[in-house]
Amino acid sequence: MSFLSSLFQKKSSAPVARDRLQILLAHERTSVGEGKSDLLLQLQKEIMEVIRRHVSVDQDKVQVKLDRGANCSMLEIDIEVPGLTDGKPSGDVKTAEKKAG
Amino acid sequence: MAQVLVVTSGKGGVGKTTTTAALGAALAKTGKSVVVVDFDVGLRNLDLVMGAERRVVFDLVNVIQGDAKLAQALIKDKRLDNLSLLPASQTRDKDALTAEGVAKVMAELKEKFDWVVCDSPAGIERGAQLAMAHADQAVIVTNPEVSSVRDSDRIIGMLDSTTEKAKAGEKMPKHLLLTRYDPARAARGEMLSVDDVLDILSIPLIGIIPESSEVLSASNVGAPVTLAAPESAPAKAYIEAARRLIGEKIDVTVPTEKKGLFDWLFKRGAA
Repeated sequence: MSFLSSLFQKKSSAPVARDRLQILLAHERTSVGEGKSDLLLQLQKEIMEVIRRHVSVDQDKVQVKLDRGANCSMLEIDIEVPGLTDGKPSGDVKTAEKKAG
Repeated sequence: MAQVLVVTSGKGGVGKTTTTAALGAALAKTGKSVVVVDFDVGLRNLDLVMGAERRVVFDLVNVIQGDAKLAQALIKDKRLDNLSLLPASQTRDKDALTAEGVAKVMAELKEKFDWVVCDSPAGIERGAQLAMAHADQAVIVTNPEVSSVRDSDRIIGMLDSTTEKAKAGEKMPKHLLLTRYDPARAARGEMLSVDDVLDILSIPLIGIIPESSEVLSASNVGAPVTLAAPESAPAKAYIEAARRLIGEKIDVTVPTEKKGLFDWLFKRGAA
């Protein structure tokens, strides 16, 4: 882009749209539809099951955050675990899942 | 007292999702706490228009089926603190939404927010009916085009018959939002005029959104147009519509053709 056109032209938004769609669809093609399951959601479910087997967890004290990226997705599960007696009244369990792009 | 607003149209592609995002953000900018709810189960898109598609973990159906708490499914907007999104799920199961489940979630949302803005799916079937079931008022999105006006007429009939409010014998306040309005084409008589549409549908007008490239640019980058380009013509029209919704009395102005110098000279010469 020449100096003049970069001065007078607004940054176009189509490349942003293309990038967003590529990331989104890469995930959805493998996770949405008949017989497909979302790996991150499956992980989240199973991690919760394991923790619940050992401690009683209040559903309200669980925060799940997700950020799907092109090469790497972050699944962040924040669980308040009551009654752990190693000096802390509560602990945090966090997990991140890396997905090869 | 929380207000539930349904954004509906019957016809697809007229701008329901764009409108839900734009009005939701505009209402939030007035200081109200707002949640926008996607009822388009199977084909969700409000998350994409709001720019939250990468952060969806749980959805409306998860909450209804008890797999997640409402607070876990709500996604806070990164730009506005008092704006949240409740995404739709992508399941193909038509019966994923139950009337009781929706009623329960809506009751919970009404406790948390000042405004609950529901993005209806296209059509007149179950999903559209559930989206409007608990509404206190409705915005009917219409393009100045025959098929859109006809479908809006059907939807107006449904708002007056199938909703909880209608069943209780109350009147449902309805507002017409004319979108994709092209003043130049309307002036040349190529497009239904504002008066034509108002005459046919006979419900009050809440705003006219001019056709604009800013709307597409905003959805490209994943932001409501009222946040992405608040000074643009469509954003200003949405912001005014939102102010009318909260009770301000502002006259609706019909967008007029913006003439360039060339057009002006040409028209003069021709006359």
